[in-house]
Amino acid sequence: MDLVAILRIAIRALTRNKMRSLLTMLGIIIGVGAVIATVGLGQGAQQQVQNQIASMGTNLIFISSGSVNKGGIHLGGGATKTLVTDDMKAILQEVPTIAEAAPGASSSAQVVSDNQNWYTHVTGTDPQYFDIRNWTFDRGGNFTEDDVQRATNVVVLGATVQQNLFGNADPIGQTVRIGTLPFQVVGVLTAKGQSGLGQDQDDGVYVPITTLQKKITGQDWLQYIVASAVSQPASYAAQGQITALLRDRHRIRPGQDDDFMVRNLADVAQLADQSSKVMTLLLASIAGVSLIVGGIGIMNIMLVSVTERTREIGIRIAIGATEGDVLRQFLSESVVLSLTGGIVGILFGVASSVTITKLLGWNILVSPAAMAAAVVFSMAVGIFFGFYPARKAAMLDPIEALRFE
Amino acid sequence: MATLAQVEFNENPVVMTQAVPVIAVEDVHKFYQLGETKVHALRGVDLKVEPGEFVAIMGSSGSGKSTFMNMLGCLDKPSSGHYFLEGTDVSQLDKKALAAIRNRKLGFVFQGFNLLSRTTALENVELPTLYAKMDKEQRLERAKEVLKLVGLGERLDHFPSQLSGGQQQRVAIARALVNRPSILLADEPTGNLDSRTSVEIMQIFQALNDQGLTIVLVTHEPDVAQFARRIVVFRDGKIRHDDPVRNRPRAADMLKSLPPIDED
Repeated sequence: MDLVAILRIAIRALTRNKMRSLLTMLGIIIGVGAVIATVGLGQGAQQQVQNQIASMGTNLIFISSGSVNKGGIHLGGGATKTLVTDDMKAILQEVPTIAEAAPGASSSAQVVSDNQNWYTHVTGTDPQYFDIRNWTFDRGGNFTEDDVQRATNVVVLGATVQQNLFGNADPIGQTVRIGTLPFQVVGVLTAKGQSGLGQDQDDGVYVPITTLQKKITGQDWLQYIVASAVSQPASYAAQGQITALLRDRHRIRPGQDDDFMVRNLADVAQLADQSSKVMTLLLASIAGVSLIVGGIGIMNIMLVSVTERTREIGIRIAIGATEGDVLRQFLSESVVLSLTGGIVGILFGVASSVTITKLLGWNILVSPAAMAAAVVFSMAVGIFFGFYPARKAAMLDPIEALRFE
Repeated sequence: MATLAQVEFNENPVVMTQAVPVIAVEDVHKFYQLGETKVHALRGVDLKVEPGEFVAIMGSSGSGKSTFMNMLGCLDKPSSGHYFLEGTDVSQLDKKALAAIRNRKLGFVFQGFNLLSRTTALENVELPTLYAKMDKEQRLERAKEVLKLVGLGERLDHFPSQLSGGQQQRVAIARALVNRPSILLADEPTGNLDSRTSVEIMQIFQALNDQGLTIVLVTHEPDVAQFARRIVVFRDGKIRHDDPVRNRPRAADMLKSLPPIDED
């Protein structure tokens, strides 16, 4: 029997019980739709995390002053005063895999412009800082090495700060007051939005490190050093080299705890990536369960159908259908059911993805690979769950089947 | 093409005596296991049917005639003994080969018609050709041809529910003939029909037989068996009588004497 004839018979048999076929398909429709939507959701989330990590800067290594144990009392991170600008210079000189490094020390202060004011973080750093973090300037530009040498009063504003102090006016060249000191605005950073944890990354101002240390805080130690490695694989080696160097410089004996922390953002990125992958897998497997339930529905209906049509099967065998013919006939019915359900399910999944994107503003990716997989998988469900009923039909004894009322 | 009603009556059909018997059954036994008890349905049956014969098999229920018929139809295999169909020992063949034999060499007509409901007369008749791997034009042509032969050329698109019992049985006969079988096997073909319609069906059988088709018919009605050329009587799983029919009535003649019944 040729494929066209088989399909024609299958479609006719299915359209005979339209309501039943539709309800059976519904299981697959919901299953495939759910898989498509959740995989899309998961992949969207994964992409978002990846984008965020990319925006944090590539190959980034973060060295912060660590906790210290003083007379049995653990003091929190940042409590030590041992991390200094000379450490940064030593890292740059002695760790070959480090391309750039910049110091970081911060304070909080009231920033005032005319009649507007804003309470924000004040970070002291070097000009390289923005490059290492992959931050770009919306207006104006960076302060210079010369500004750092001479501890001049210049400031780069975060987008939130500029919005609150100046609104739509151009702040470049204007003067703002940080605490009691006047600073000239040289640049405004491009808005970066919220971080993965919901922090406003644009709420802050940046001044030369020397200016902060000498004129605002009066402290000569650093809270952190940011460094960038020449490549991502190199960043792992650099992490170890920096640890060894700083232990040596801070005269920490073997067995003693570090008074600093070295974190590699590649690790963080990998972790975040991993967790969103796990989430995708979890969502997809939950949705996959409903697909299996749909498959069981198909199997159930096919078994009913085989019983109902026992006599028909007997007739077909008597007039010359082979076991293979009967098997193919019923298998094609279940595959037509599941495949149609799969295709409708894809439409349903894409439609719900688009709806979620529009309503919640989430990022959803509907990949062609997921759709192809859904088609293949729903077909496989049809074959897998249709096989047992079809085999049952093929194995019927024609004499018994013809007698069946 | 002439319908069978118009086919010339031939008193002496040509029977090629040298030819291989269409059916040769040798010492066939059949056992069934029904729960604890073992049923011995056929107890050593020998039968030869030559090409062009018209055999009626009679017997009460439980005589083994249905079992024998299922075996002739290759739906069942003998427990022991041999069944040669046109010289081939079909008791040795596998299921796939048997399906092919049922499809090409045998035509079935059942008591309950066994047509597929919600499938037109034409499609019902076309069904065996689907399994014979014929191309589409040939399938349609053959199906229309045999439907015309049984006098239903005008009702191709009717569903079984729109046809009378006699018409349904004629569709079933057309279906049995569509692959041009060597034998027509009919299991109580008139069991569900009134007497006039029964005679009409027998008229078709006689006409087909006159054209050379071998027919084996199972019936428990002596009136119906009379239309055959030979009557074989089964009892307790054995053949008790095997006699030619003398003074065989012609169904076509008999129809003239019966009062007409409105069928449609």
